[in-house]
Amino acid sequence: MKHVLTGFMLSTVLLQTPVNAAQWSGYVSGQYRGFFEDPADPRQHNNYLSAAAEPEFYHSWQGGDHSFNSILFYRVDQYDDNRTHGDIRELSWTGVFDAFEITAGISKVFWGVAETQHLVDIINQTDLVENVDGEDKLGQPMVKLSTAQDWGTVDFFVLPYFRERTFPGVEGRPRPEVVVNTDADAIYDFSAGQDHVDLALRYSHYIGEWEFGLSYFSGIDRLPSDFFPITFDPGGQPTAVVPVYSLINQAGIDGQVFFGDWTWKLEAINKEYRSGRRKGSHAFQSVVGFEYTWVGFTGGASDLGFVVEYHYSDANVRDTIFDNDFATALRFVLNDAQSTEVLMGFLTDADTRTAAGFIEASRRIGQNWVLEAELRTYNGTEQDRPLFSFRFDNFVQVDLAYHF
Amino acid sequence: MIRSTIAAFVVALLPFALIAETVEEKGLAIAVEADKRDEGFDDSTANMTMELRNKQGDTSTRYIRIKTLEVIGDGDKSMSIFDEPADVKGTAFLTFSHAIKPDEQWLYLPALKRVKRINSKNKSGPFMGSEFAYEDIASQEVEKYSYKYLRDETLNGIDCFVIERYPAYKHSGYTRQVGWINKAEYRPEKIVFYDRKNTLLKTLTYDGYQQFLDKFWRADQMNMENHQTGKSTTLTWSDYQFKTGLKDNDFNKNSLKRAK
Repeated sequence: MKHVLTGFMLSTVLLQTPVNAAQWSGYVSGQYRGFFEDPADPRQHNNYLSAAAEPEFYHSWQGGDHSFNSILFYRVDQYDDNRTHGDIRELSWTGVFDAFEITAGISKVFWGVAETQHLVDIINQTDLVENVDGEDKLGQPMVKLSTAQDWGTVDFFVLPYFRERTFPGVEGRPRPEVVVNTDADAIYDFSAGQDHVDLALRYSHYIGEWEFGLSYFSGIDRLPSDFFPITFDPGGQPTAVVPVYSLINQAGIDGQVFFGDWTWKLEAINKEYRSGRRKGSHAFQSVVGFEYTWVGFTGGASDLGFVVEYHYSDANVRDTIFDNDFATALRFVLNDAQSTEVLMGFLTDADTRTAAGFIEASRRIGQNWVLEAELRTYNGTEQDRPLFSFRFDNFVQVDLAYHF
Repeated sequence: MIRSTIAAFVVALLPFALIAETVEEKGLAIAVEADKRDEGFDDSTANMTMELRNKQGDTSTRYIRIKTLEVIGDGDKSMSIFDEPADVKGTAFLTFSHAIKPDEQWLYLPALKRVKRINSKNKSGPFMGSEFAYEDIASQEVEKYSYKYLRDETLNGIDCFVIERYPAYKHSGYTRQVGWINKAEYRPEKIVFYDRKNTLLKTLTYDGYQQFLDKFWRADQMNMENHQTGKSTTLTWSDYQFKTGLKDNDFNKNSLKRAK
């Protein structure tokens, strides 16, 4: 009787392979981008169509202790050859051994708490051509060791092979006035070049309502430290540049805390350049802000969130649009069956009168379709600021995706 | 969730104890006793289908897998993983419930691979657009309410105790809840919810109870009707398994990121 019972219990455990032991999923989508004004450069266009697909395959075994993950991505753009691009977003094995886990392969990692800028999130390179907001990332080859203990979680990364940032091409829009030539070789101002092996370490934990993380990265800065002109027009003005990549050490801190309906957030990084013309110099950047949620806005099921984030950087003004800026946004969440959400806001520079606005909305249609719309505006941008290139590039974007 | 709902809605069997107990003391003693009766399941897993219906009869469906870990001396740990709709597949919630201090809750967004700590104080909001609020889904620890025994009543031929409970949580969406508890098995058969203005808001009914491991009662179906909006949500549970060997390591941010 006891054996029968043991056998039953054992078989229950062994049969406890997750329902989704091997599964396909992903989406295919069509996108339209329309600009309200004629472009600064006649090689650009007013309307763009593109299509994308992102299939995903997952398999796990040994009750979920081992898993294989793969995500492939490809987009075809009507005009911009640079935007027609593919990537291996994920191709990795993860093994869990009690409180330890190892991931090897190409993967993605997200660090940080802020909404309008992700300062500490350094592991993955930005797939900038995919979306101007920089939220899309390229897959990163890595070996990651992680342990979750009572006193916190520690992640250690070995990151071989650097991914170069993607940029819009000549016919792409919006893009900076001076095109980044990604067909020409990028410049690495140190000997190891693209094969440099980067290292990163992160400690994170929570205590009650407080969440915090400390991170350290030593390797190639994902953000180009400079842009080097390679072609010029007859007047001597640069027409194309290549990115310059440098070695850095970056220490980061991020944290958030709840006080009632208020969430306070902080991210800060201190970057030390170890190569190139900036060698020895430091850059400090931070974002601090809050989100207040009015739960049950006007007595219904919806929530209204107010987001305010202040950005500071002591770096050269050309490097970043976020040097002394306020980002304010409203997040409207209907909490309906269609998961309807609208986020709208703007970024204002405290020193100039530059303002960039955005509205993002999304809604599920039926069981499998998702409709997303974006509106981005660039107003009153002053010359000599990075957003000046985008002054004619107010646009609307619509995505319709089928998820499976 | 269900075992903890039972916890709050059972009336003590003190038919012969002539203690001058107040109705409040009786209610609390019952909740403590019921909590004990659902103790010892160690961990459980189950599949849940959530069907949302609006006034016009349009439906949308979610498939969710739920894992629960019993924590001695504290509230349960639980993880909910979405399988459908396809665009939220892999989205997962991790909750560490507590009796008095606020629950800790994290949301995993698979597209960004981002773990977001969410404010568990927003508990009165709807869970994934359904008629169940976060506070309805959360582990119902005894200390989260104060209680009062009201009367005995027969509901659909079943002898029940009728209990009232008041959320201790000041941002709760409810002034009070009234529950009909099956006298024989100490299971909730029906719960009625009253909103912040003490107006009738929702009714939750339980159907298809089954007993597992000769002790733990779990309902096959739970139906929540919102009387003010005309919308409703039905939860259908299946594939309950207990004592599957889950541990603390299965309920942390690392395992949340691996949730599939």
